[in-house]
Amino acid sequence: MNQPVISRLARQLTRHLDGLLLALLIALLVLSTAVVFSASGQSGVRLGGHLTNIALAVVVLVVVANIPPHILAKAGPPLYAVGIVLLIGVALFGEIRNGARRWLPLGVVSIQPSEIMKIALPLMLAWFFHQREATLKLRDFGIAALIVAIPFLLVLRQPDLGTSLLIAASGFYVLFFAGLSWRIIAGLGVLGAVSLPLAWGLMHDYQRQRVMTLLDPSADPLGAGYHIIQSMIAIGSGGMFGKGWLSGTQNQLDFIPERTTDFIFAVYSEEFGLLGNIVLMLLYLAVVARGLKIAEHAPSMFARLMAGTISLNFFTYVFVNMGMVSGILPVVGVPLPFMSYGGTALVTLMIGFGMLMSLSTHRKLLKT
Amino acid sequence: MSSPEIKNLHIELSQYLTRLKVGVGFVLVLGLILVSRLIYLQLIKHDHYQSLAESNRIALLPAIPNRGLIVDRNGRILADNFSAYTLEITVSKAGDLDALLDQISTLIEITPKNLRRFKRLLDESHEFETVPLKSKLTDEEVAILAANRYRLPGVEVKARLFRNYPAGEGLSHVVGYIGRINDADLKKLKEEGRVTNYKGSTHIGKVGIEQTYENLLHGRTGFDQMETDSSGRAVRVLSHVSPVAGNDLMLHLDMELQRVAEHAFGDYRGGLVAIDPNTGGVLAMVSKPGFDPNLFVDGIDPATWKELNESLDKPMVNRPLRGIYPPGSTIKPFMALAALELGLRRPQDAIADPGFYSLPNSRHRYRDWKAGGHGIVDLHKSVVQSCDTYYYRLAVDMGIDRMQGFLSKFGFGAKSGLDMQGESSGLLPSREWKQKRWNKPWYLGETVIAGIGQGYHLTTPMQLAAATATLANGGTFYRPHLVKSMKDGATRQETVISPEVAWKNDFHPEYLKRVRDAMVDVLKPGGTAVGAGAGAQYTIAGKTGTAQVVGIRQGQKYDERRVAERHRDHALFVAFAPAESPRIALAVLVENGGHGGSTAAPIARAVFDYYLLGKRPAGIPVSEEHESAGD
Repeated sequence: MNQPVISRLARQLTRHLDGLLLALLIALLVLSTAVVFSASGQSGVRLGGHLTNIALAVVVLVVVANIPPHILAKAGPPLYAVGIVLLIGVALFGEIRNGARRWLPLGVVSIQPSEIMKIALPLMLAWFFHQREATLKLRDFGIAALIVAIPFLLVLRQPDLGTSLLIAASGFYVLFFAGLSWRIIAGLGVLGAVSLPLAWGLMHDYQRQRVMTLLDPSADPLGAGYHIIQSMIAIGSGGMFGKGWLSGTQNQLDFIPERTTDFIFAVYSEEFGLLGNIVLMLLYLAVVARGLKIAEHAPSMFARLMAGTISLNFFTYVFVNMGMVSGILPVVGVPLPFMSYGGTALVTLMIGFGMLMSLSTHRKLLKT
Repeated sequence: MSSPEIKNLHIELSQYLTRLKVGVGFVLVLGLILVSRLIYLQLIKHDHYQSLAESNRIALLPAIPNRGLIVDRNGRILADNFSAYTLEITVSKAGDLDALLDQISTLIEITPKNLRRFKRLLDESHEFETVPLKSKLTDEEVAILAANRYRLPGVEVKARLFRNYPAGEGLSHVVGYIGRINDADLKKLKEEGRVTNYKGSTHIGKVGIEQTYENLLHGRTGFDQMETDSSGRAVRVLSHVSPVAGNDLMLHLDMELQRVAEHAFGDYRGGLVAIDPNTGGVLAMVSKPGFDPNLFVDGIDPATWKELNESLDKPMVNRPLRGIYPPGSTIKPFMALAALELGLRRPQDAIADPGFYSLPNSRHRYRDWKAGGHGIVDLHKSVVQSCDTYYYRLAVDMGIDRMQGFLSKFGFGAKSGLDMQGESSGLLPSREWKQKRWNKPWYLGETVIAGIGQGYHLTTPMQLAAATATLANGGTFYRPHLVKSMKDGATRQETVISPEVAWKNDFHPEYLKRVRDAMVDVLKPGGTAVGAGAGAQYTIAGKTGTAQVVGIRQGQKYDERRVAERHRDHALFVAFAPAESPRIALAVLVENGGHGGSTAAPIARAVFDYYLLGKRPAGIPVSEEHESAGD
């Protein structure tokens, strides 16, 4: 009696999951669990927390995957509006932590509204372009640019340069896939290059410091450069095959900063070496490939824009994190997708991938 | 809907697919950048980062070895170690140094002397080194400093091993002292490739035995290879190499004999060297006045240093080794033996002494110390009464070059080879030497006065003692040696240093006996040191001497009482005992002591009495017996 109910429910829930994508994500999460365990000094508490986060994130994945794309699309404008309101709230009432106003206290919990924007902005833009499918005019790109600019500027003045650029990037990917003309893209590039010195003048001291540290970490080896030097030592000393799981000295002896979160890549690199890194890179590329494949076959404007943006966005995070840990990008607070410890980032990621699966499995149901 | 929209849809779709391909390219480019970066870090620069990770992880902590002890022939401690707490400051971490010093002085007592010494050491050291401000802290001071440590940046209380010299002033020139390693020491250590053994060591031997035997005393530094975490905490010991303590050194020197000799000097300045003629072992080596070597261990304060250095008494001069004096009449026994050995005189050959000697065709008179002369003088009498005229003539007959050749058989004019750095070689003149040094020919008159140990001839008390020991044992020149044996720091195995015969002279026993007999009579009635020989229960062979400090013009009489104290002659005495089978030979020099017989010879007697009979002069407290532990 019960048996058919349960199996029907299970079938219903798994119907909208993309098998290959799920397998890749699980592989990444297994790797992540091993590295978090090692990076936390083999802490059972951390391990438990991580597994809980994973369980929660998988639930979110399944739930989001089951939401049909047209509903997702409709969620764009209200989510975006809430995000903007919260960002304004941050600007007015936000908590100051580490010299920046990023957190909004809501009763017992504090939230970081810029995290919501990472999803809300692409959703909003994709919804917007979807409305204008086949009738796109240059003016529409102007409106879209405004939609990007508002959260970008709000986050920028928190100040949080890294997140604001990542938000802008996610907005840009939507515009790019929507067909923003190459001339404008080139123009934006030139504008960006020209405004670099200007941006330097507007930067906060700590931001300049980070850029300077990137250019020459050894200038201040015990201060700002310490983290980056130590993580480069960890990566470099890992060599071809790594020092082995639980055997990284830079990791175990606490030389790597933030080693379970933002700098977990250094721990992984030290213990698993270049070989491990190539495996990890192939996994990430496979995820992106699968995402872009879904995008290729997406049946609607909304689905195409979202699938492409989620995929590129994902890889952008991978690149920014690995780039900063390996010393080619300035230090910005970006975790490594599916590897770093941390519930919020994992859930945000899973919302994205849930949408991707939804887009891929609701294909035939969506009408334009 | 119309066809333009359909057409638009198609255009948009194909444009989108193109963009997807661009996206793929973008991802691949970024991926390639990352992979190249990782290949650079993990393959190309792997060795570099590997070694950085190792040096991150591994700290080498030197374990300082215990410095070897120095004990006398009876095991009495002359130098040992004790551990005490010191207050040290790392200037680079201190910030405002003056404010810090003020703050410390409100907590514990800091004397002006502490401060002066600190400032001097500060000038000599590097910024990152720790410099001691106050040593030998009391338990209370340690507690106060520990409680206030949080507000004293750069201040550390460290347990350190200190060197202690219980003998103090008396042995300052023999044992020497250690002091903080300075730039010159460091440079030397680097040149000799020994610098790794001094990681963690703060002190090094500066003079005396401490300097000469530095390599043996220091020991081998051990290492703890520690794995440390990012905060520098030791996580575990990877490997441990224990330090090996330095060798303990036992000297030939007899501490009590040394004290007796020092005491016998009274207020006089001077030097004494006593040698075992059968081994060359140095039994006593006195330099008066001395200084307290303990002052130097921690760095001496500038005022005391200045005082020591500028004192007219020259306490910093190691007189037995570096004080050079004309031998005066102490040269006569050697000249007498030369006369017999070279066949220039027979024992019975005598001269009539009118109280002076003149060279042929010259009216210049070389005067005897005794106006009117000694009458008929043979070899024996010439020694006993120290007749100058006899030796003036003998010298002329011998010639300066033969004299130089013979006297060098006793080690005159050359370093004795004592196991201590800084020995002076003195000067034994010759024709060749004068030509080289002054580019002038030798004058016969110079030969005349060389016969009585005046003129160019200069000797150190060490040389004189070694020569006397050679005479005492019948011609064997043993290298004078301070260290008798050493005990290995690790195995505790004792190595006895065997006497080293530098060379052997083949002297005629009969001639030796003649000279010895004459020397014995020096301390008998009629001899120049009769007072010192009175009542001796053993036979002493000796010879007095006087070395001029100020030249006396022709026809002027030397009046001891009228000459300023520091212009008075130096008194000399060489002797050995018992004369028939000598066990101890010595040379005494008393600066401005006047006559050798009255000031220098009694000192020798006191030394002999203690060494041969165990007789302790009244007034010397018996020293506490501190035998070296752990034997």
